[in-house]
Amino acid sequence: MKTEPLVLGIETSCDETGVGIVRGYTLLADALASSVDEHARYGGVVPEVASRAHLEAMAPTVDRALADAGVTLSDVDAIAVTAGPGLAGALLVGVAAAKAYALAAGKPLYGVNHLAAHVAVDTLEHGPLPEPAVALLVSGGHSSLLRVDDLTGGVVPLGATIDDAAGEAFDKVARVLGLPFPGGPPIDRAAREGSITIPFPRGLTGPRDLAEHRFDFSFSGLKTAVARWVEARERAGEPVPVNDVAASFQEAVCDVLTAKAVAACQEHGVQTLVVGGGVAANSRLRALAEERAAKAGITVRVPRPKLCTDNGAMVAALGSRLVSAGIAPGKLDLPADSAMPITMVTT
Amino acid sequence: MTAAIADVASGVSVLASRVTVDGRAHGELLAPAVSAVLDQAGAGPSDLAAVVAGVGPGPFTGLRVGLVTAVAMTQALGIPAYGVCSLDGLGRGTSGRVLVATDARRKEVYWAVYADGTRVEGPGVAKPADLSVSVDRAVGDGALRYADVLGLPVDEEPRYPSPAALAARAARRVRMKAPGEALTPLYLRRPDAVIPGERKPALR
Repeated sequence: MKTEPLVLGIETSCDETGVGIVRGYTLLADALASSVDEHARYGGVVPEVASRAHLEAMAPTVDRALADAGVTLSDVDAIAVTAGPGLAGALLVGVAAAKAYALAAGKPLYGVNHLAAHVAVDTLEHGPLPEPAVALLVSGGHSSLLRVDDLTGGVVPLGATIDDAAGEAFDKVARVLGLPFPGGPPIDRAAREGSITIPFPRGLTGPRDLAEHRFDFSFSGLKTAVARWVEARERAGEPVPVNDVAASFQEAVCDVLTAKAVAACQEHGVQTLVVGGGVAANSRLRALAEERAAKAGITVRVPRPKLCTDNGAMVAALGSRLVSAGIAPGKLDLPADSAMPITMVTT
Repeated sequence: MTAAIADVASGVSVLASRVTVDGRAHGELLAPAVSAVLDQAGAGPSDLAAVVAGVGPGPFTGLRVGLVTAVAMTQALGIPAYGVCSLDGLGRGTSGRVLVATDARRKEVYWAVYADGTRVEGPGVAKPADLSVSVDRAVGDGALRYADVLGLPVDEEPRYPSPAALAARAARRVRMKAPGEALTPLYLRRPDAVIPGERKPALR
């Protein structure tokens, strides 16, 4: 009997040091060390702080993952690492580590695309991905719509943000409202206590925008609109209804994301929508995606929140798919590419 | 960037080495260089008894690549890692009182003072003009770059840490099979980051 490939995945593209271990479609370990608390006082991720934390966390996180999975490095069939896109200095720590593990243990090495890994992680929860699928990936660094014809080598970009990422807008609006960083969870909580009362703008949804930027996003204008609305209240000496602002802002983001995602499925004749990235942990985004997709007869797959945010399991999951598909591994000189295009699933 | 295989059983003999001088880190090339020197030395990873790593001071990105490579290799192979101050690769083997200075960018140098090859001051990071040390001469690319400011005789060579000197600095620990060490980078600078003040108004 042929056993499924055992793959160790390393993720260091932002502020999470993630090491995951996967056998086939089965998650065996998902160890994570985060430097998010160190960034909170700066109101955003500081690349040098993140890189320093990755170096410190790498070996202990690998040890923890191996122990959790009950395997050793010599049992592993391949090592996969996020090669991009992401913060250059942070990526390089993971890539250098993965190369050293691969070299020392004599294992094949796959440099993989972070966004494709966000799609692949869903297979750990919901099994093989029906292809083609549309993927909506939303995080602090990315907001993209992709058509996934083949997870191991055929990903077509349909659209992306032309300014801020959705998660970035959550962080900036949280700051305006005096809520902590990262902004996603506190805005989600505040919104549950509030009502959608303020008609904030939906970026790139006008008739002309829908022609030129069919599946693109823009959140910069929304963020500014929220800031202006809040400041106008403050200047008038009126209280700011934080919960209502949070709910109205969140609705504006989720409305555009889900409307365009469902439209992309319909226009491309696709039956499956995968939602991933840190913002996919947002309760309203999950609910609205379900609701709109159901109306359109589309199946939505959203991994549980812990698998939506950056982690090593997603990298291992994509590595497992690549090994199973017989894709050739990368070389020891493969680069970390902070702007790795999504058309490149592996280096 | 330096990768070398040295035999330290008795004395220090460098079997193979790759030294790349390039300010733009090229961190992705360290592992291939390690692989190449292993091949050249006719050895495999499992033949290694220990990994010796320069822990800085030096440019952060390249420093991290070196350290995480050493950490991961030793973890995978179950062998010890030993850290060496990177400036020792220049200061070891010098005689008299010598200032070692490497380029720290931002018009600063990483520096240390050696007396007959032993580090007696530093490492530190400073503007060359602010250094007040009592030495006979200086070595290193930072010393050459700022020779005028330092007002010291500067040796043309060595400019960069030598693999043999780095290996020699840890040879005793390797022979004694000393316990492995946590490789703590000598950054000597805090990350550049500012805590945000009041948010800028969106209304004018």
